[in-house]
Amino acid sequence: MQPFKRFLPLAAFLLLVVLLVRGLSLDPTELPSARLGNSLPDFNLPVLGESGSRQAEDWGGEPALINVWATWCFSCRVEHPYLLELAQKGVTIYGLNYKDDPEKALVWLNDLGNPYTETVVDKDGSFGLDLGVYGAPETYVIDASSVVRHRHVGVVTEQVWNEQLSPYFEAGLTAGGLD
Amino acid sequence: MVRLLLCLMIFWSAQSLAVIETYEFSTPDLELRYKALSQELRCPKCQNQNIADSNAPISRDLRAIVHEQLEAGATNEEIIIFLVDRYGEFVRYRPGMDSNTLWLWSAPLILLVMAVAVVLTQIRKDRDRQTISSNAERANRLREKFDGDPS
Repeated sequence: MQPFKRFLPLAAFLLLVVLLVRGLSLDPTELPSARLGNSLPDFNLPVLGESGSRQAEDWGGEPALINVWATWCFSCRVEHPYLLELAQKGVTIYGLNYKDDPEKALVWLNDLGNPYTETVVDKDGSFGLDLGVYGAPETYVIDASSVVRHRHVGVVTEQVWNEQLSPYFEAGLTAGGLD
Repeated sequence: MVRLLLCLMIFWSAQSLAVIETYEFSTPDLELRYKALSQELRCPKCQNQNIADSNAPISRDLRAIVHEQLEAGATNEEIIIFLVDRYGEFVRYRPGMDSNTLWLWSAPLILLVMAVAVVLTQIRKDRDRQTISSNAERANRLREKFDGDPS
């Protein structure tokens, strides 16, 4: 009993170290979307710069990214060039213009280039709310049957694409010349 | 003078905690429920604030939703389910019971049982020690009596 008791504080300390090291490697801002594994929530939103509107069913048939962006969002400007690059590689990116002024959004796309297959306008953020968006930029992966597979909060970079997003596309896009 | 200044400062700090917008409620009861709910719901963007205290746009949206649904006659339960469906268990400061939170919820009970067990064993140990020492004392006294000389 006695020799065991002597090492008790050391054991407690080691346990604490393990817990703290684990705590350091966790990112509390990384929340899994509550919509993972569910189909895209219903929406009926106008298309930016066009007269038509889109429903959830229209965004199916192939894996795609849904990028939540707005002109008021600084980080969106940072990730924009990489989105253009992805679009050139043949990745389908749908834009969700989130709580923004459509006029400004059109100017933005004119000035910086348009990586989006199409962009829908969610002016009051109601579709964003249904999707569980809490800011911009956010990027969702939907599969061919428009089920939400992944959510990335923050800027999409090459590293994010390679590590988190590209696995969802490999099956469908190998013919499209994807690295 | 200093006292007056202190009073003013206290009032100012209270004001800075208040939220930006105010909602009209049809009954005082709804307003109370709104206050309770908005303090119990967590802002998904600014993690360590409830939506009543947060200025984040998403919190403003969530407050609007809570207000709208309360006025539409939704129960607290329905509103919480609506938000959990969209933002996950994370939005609740009082999470529901599931396999993830089982330890969280049962920890107080487990700790209480452990504390009671420790106290009980300690009491028993003390009592044993007392009995032993009082037994030893009595033996000594008897020895003194019969031997006459304790040494």
